[in-house]
Amino acid sequence: MAWAIEVKNLTKYYGKLLAVDHISFQVKEGELFGFLGPNGAGKTTTQRILTGVIEANDGDAEIMGYNIQKDAFNAKSIMGIVPELANPYIDLSAWDNLMLMGQLYGISREKRNEKATLFLKMFELYERRNQKVKTFSKGMKQRLLLSMALISEPRILFLDEPTNGLDVQSARFIRNLIGELNGEGVTVFLTTHNLEEANQLCHRIAIIDHGKIATIDSPQNLRRAFQKMQSVEIGFATPFDRIDLLEKLIGVSKVKKMGDKFRLYTEAPSRVVYELTNFVRDNSLKFTTLNTLGPSLEEVFVKITEEHIGWDYEK
Amino acid sequence: MGQKLRGVWVIAKKDTGIYYFKAPVLIFGLVFPFFLFLAFAIGRDISPLFLFPGIIGITLFFTASSVGPIIMPWETRMKTLERLLSCPVSIQSILLGDILAGFLFGIIISLVPLLFGLLGFGLTINNLAIFILGILFSSFCFSSLGVLLSSPPTDNPSNIMMLSNLVRLPIMFISGIFIPIEELPVAGKIIANFSPLTYTVDLLRYVFQGVSYYSVTRNVLMLILFLIIFLVSGMKLHKRNLAKRL
Repeated sequence: MAWAIEVKNLTKYYGKLLAVDHISFQVKEGELFGFLGPNGAGKTTTQRILTGVIEANDGDAEIMGYNIQKDAFNAKSIMGIVPELANPYIDLSAWDNLMLMGQLYGISREKRNEKATLFLKMFELYERRNQKVKTFSKGMKQRLLLSMALISEPRILFLDEPTNGLDVQSARFIRNLIGELNGEGVTVFLTTHNLEEANQLCHRIAIIDHGKIATIDSPQNLRRAFQKMQSVEIGFATPFDRIDLLEKLIGVSKVKKMGDKFRLYTEAPSRVVYELTNFVRDNSLKFTTLNTLGPSLEEVFVKITEEHIGWDYEK
Repeated sequence: MGQKLRGVWVIAKKDTGIYYFKAPVLIFGLVFPFFLFLAFAIGRDISPLFLFPGIIGITLFFTASSVGPIIMPWETRMKTLERLLSCPVSIQSILLGDILAGFLFGIIISLVPLLFGLLGFGLTINNLAIFILGILFSSFCFSSLGVLLSSPPTDNPSNIMMLSNLVRLPIMFISGIFIPIEELPVAGKIIANFSPLTYTVDLLRYVFQGVSYYSVTRNVLMLILFLIIFLVSGMKLHKRNLAKRL
C-alpha cells in the first residue's frame, strides 16, 4: 500500500502543554481524508507539522515518502496548502500573488503564466486579476488561496477549514472542486468543523480529541458503530405530551422531544416501530410521520469528543 | 543550494515590492538623514569631510534596519506568514530574504547623500575598495540587526518599532558621529566599541579623510563580528519563537 501521509508517534508540546499526543495514522494515495476535532483538540497543530510550518518534538511524518522534518523542501514541493488562518498578500494583485507562489515553487515563467490564467479563469477572478487583493471579498480571497495552492500541481492538498465563513455558493463551489480534484487522483487532507462536509466528501475520517486520535473510519462505519444512537422519530396528528409513556416502550433507551416530534433512541429500531404502531392503535392516536434514523455524524462526533469514549471504541 | 538561493531572492523581491519601495518609506529614508544633517550642520563650523561620513553612516544604518523589524510582525498580523512557511522555503531563507531586501535598500538610499557629498561638496573617495567593503558589510550588518529586532513573537508592529527605536536611536549617539571618537571621554570611547555604527563611520572617515581612529582591519573585523552575532542570534530566536508567533 502506497501511503500519501504516514504519521508515526507524532508529538508536540507548547511549553508544558501536550498539544499532539503520540498520534499515528496513514492516509492512502488518492484518498480524501477528513480530520475532525473540537476547538483546541490539536487539528491545526497536526496540520502545521505535516506541512512543515512547525516542527514536532517527537515522532515522524512522511509525505509521499519524504520526511517532513529531514527533507522538508521535497515534501513541501509536492503539497498544495490552504491554511485556516492565512491570507494572500492584500497589497499585491491576484496575478502577482500567483506569480509569487509560482516563483517560490520554482515554476518556469511560461508555466506560471499558463497556470495563473487557467486558475483565475476557473475561479472567476480573471477579470480582476490586476486589482489589489485588499478589494476582494472573503470568498474571492479563499478562491485565490485555492488557486495559489494549485499552481504547483500538487499531488497532495492540505485544506484547513476551506469553506469556513463563506457564502453558500462559494462553499458549494469549493466543495465541488475538492471532489473533482480528488477524482483526478489528488490526495486531500481536509481539516474541518463541518461534519456534513466531511460526511459528503471524505472516504475516511479521523477524530482527534485532547491531542489523541479518538477514532479513524469511514463516515458510514462510524455511524454504524454507534448502534445505541439509532432512533425512531414520530410525529402525532393531535397534541401529545406523554413522554413518560413513550419511555416505557420496549427497546427504548431514551426519548427526546424535538420540536413537534419525538425521537426515541434505541438499539433495535424495528422493534420500536412495532411497539409504536401498537401504542398508536391502543391509544386511538394518529401519527403524521414515522422515520427510522441512523446516528448522524454530528451525534457520533459529540459522543466521541464529549464523553471521551474514542479510545474505548478504538480498542 | 540553488533552490534555497532562489527562495531568498524571491522573498527579497516580494519585500521590496510590498514594504520598501513605497512613497512613505522612501521619503522617510531620505528626509530623516537630511534633517539630521541640518540639525548637525546649522550654526556649527564643521568640515564636510567630517560631516559626510556621519551622514552616510546614519542613512545606511537607519534605512538598512528600517523595515526589517516590522516585516515578521506585520506578516503574522496579516496572516501571510503561515502561507509563506508552507511553501518550499525554510524560515532561514525567509529571514535571509528579509535581510537581503534591507541590505539593497540601505545601499540604494545611501547613494543619495553620497552623491550629494561627491557632487555638491567636493568629497572624494580615497580608497574605493575599502569604501565598497565597508558599505557592503555595514549594510548587511544593519539589515541583520533589523531582522534580529523583529524576533519577539508579536503580531503588533508598533511594539517592535518601539523596541527598534529604543535600540537604534541610542546607537546613533554613541558612535562618534556628533563628536569624533578621539575627543570622547574614556567612558564614551568604551561605549562606542559596542556600536557597529562606530566602525562604519570610522571606515568612512578613513575613505574620505584618510584618517581613522581604529585600523581599517579592526573596523572590518568588528563589522563582521557584529554581523555574525546579529545573524546567528536572529536566526535562532526566530526559529525558537516561530510556534509562539503563529
